[in-house]
Amino acid sequence: MDDHLDDYMTAVARTMALPLEDAWRPAVRANLEVALRLARLVDDFPLPDDVASAAVYST
Amino acid sequence: MSETPAAMSAAEIAQAVSSRKITALAATEAALARIAVHDKILNAFTDVTADRARTRAKAVDAAIAAGQPAGPLAGVPFAVKNLFDVQGLSTRAGSKINRDLPPSPRDATLIERMEAAGAVLVGALNMGEYAYDFTGENAHDGPSRNPHDPTRMAGGSSGGSGSAVGGALVPIALGSDTNGSIRVPSSFCGTFGLKPTYGRLSRARSFPFVASLDHLGPFARNVKDLALAYDVMQGPDADDPACSVQSVEPTVPLLANDVSRLRVAIAGGYFQQNLLPEAVEAVARVAKALGATRTVELPEAARARAAAFIMTTTEGAALHLDRLRKRPNDFDPPVRDRLFAGAMIPAVYVDKAQKFRRWYRARVLELFQSVDVILAPATPCTAPKIGQATFTLDGVELPVRPNIGIHTQPISFIGLPVAAVPVPLEPMPIAVQIIAAPWREDIALRVAYALEQMGVVAAPAPRGL
Repeated sequence: MDDHLDDYMTAVARTMALPLEDAWRPAVRANLEVALRLARLVDDFPLPDDVASAAVYST
Repeated sequence: MSETPAAMSAAEIAQAVSSRKITALAATEAALARIAVHDKILNAFTDVTADRARTRAKAVDAAIAAGQPAGPLAGVPFAVKNLFDVQGLSTRAGSKINRDLPPSPRDATLIERMEAAGAVLVGALNMGEYAYDFTGENAHDGPSRNPHDPTRMAGGSSGGSGSAVGGALVPIALGSDTNGSIRVPSSFCGTFGLKPTYGRLSRARSFPFVASLDHLGPFARNVKDLALAYDVMQGPDADDPACSVQSVEPTVPLLANDVSRLRVAIAGGYFQQNLLPEAVEAVARVAKALGATRTVELPEAARARAAAFIMTTTEGAALHLDRLRKRPNDFDPPVRDRLFAGAMIPAVYVDKAQKFRRWYRARVLELFQSVDVILAPATPCTAPKIGQATFTLDGVELPVRPNIGIHTQPISFIGLPVAAVPVPLEPMPIAVQIIAAPWREDIALRVAYALEQMGVVAAPAPRGL
């Protein structure tokens, strides 16, 4: 995905009407790379199929 | 008891005002005078509500003179991070954009509860833009400065809260903590801070950041003041959908209860990595005082930090999406760049982060069947220099801002209550996290109080003023 990250950023920005200026791209890309690395760390964890989200917990 | 209101604890002020040894107005004027002198250095306040404070203080004095019961915080000056709604002020949340909001029509719930207990709001406090920050720096208002060395960070995002209490401008301040924003400034500024259980204190009429992770809580210079503030702010609130319906559970009467039978363990693995020697020393001192020798491992803590990061950047981006489209040049550029990146994270990762949170929380709660308290560092180091971009942890040079909270994020991720307690090392203080099971703030505060009585933890006098 990294090889195509600039294309991905362009497509997402256009799709979501985000005004991504060229001057901001390097910093946004650096942040995105960090976030995706951490996201993959979460993604790698084998969760049971029946685990549910816990947006709010009461106990 | 200290002789001047500016040097008195909140409990001492309330006792003196209740017994009419001093007036609430005198306590308020003392705080305003100290702010006028020292905030030129600290830059902790963005708004000083002097007229409102004097009016409120006179009302407290009048009520006491009329024989009405004084509240537990009678005449105690306090201030709030500027993401709390303050009637008549635009809730800027550290931003330029929010200054265009209309003045708030009503105070945040926690301000109302503090003032119902007799406290006197004296102002709003500097913070990192939209709370997406661990440094206390702010592109629009300038950095909050550390009261022990004004060339150093106050920590963030509740930097003004840490600076104001650490600098003894006010005895109590309120802040917010999404990933560590109470515990980090407490560590850097040498204050006590309480991040309660998620859902314990109402967030109504405060500007959000990450609804799944946002907490509000108090800062103070001693544990009794911290507990006093926490106690009066408890209680259900229909205006915050995440606020628990649990009844008020006062902690002040429990503070002096024996802690010798509590099972205390040290967080191992992840929490013993990426630390400078001062952080190791602080945890060791606290553990030794409590007789803690057992180590427990919070499973998958690094992944928990990663999941908290993903939820933060994506929920933050969702919150600010329209502002990113319409006013991208009015953000602090590094905040804007993080939020743009957050908007580009696929939703499936967010869902997996939320589900991982469920799994992780269940595993960590299992630990609390055999321990009552877990000790962990609050920050990897003492306060870095303002503007410092990198530091070296375990031989690796890392960016400062995102890594200051690496030891706080896996804890707030699952909403556990934490008392941050300052170890007064020289030349700079640093805090330790006292972590308890959900809804057991009483245990965290009891341990904090015991450590304070032993002289192991204390808010040092401001060294930089």
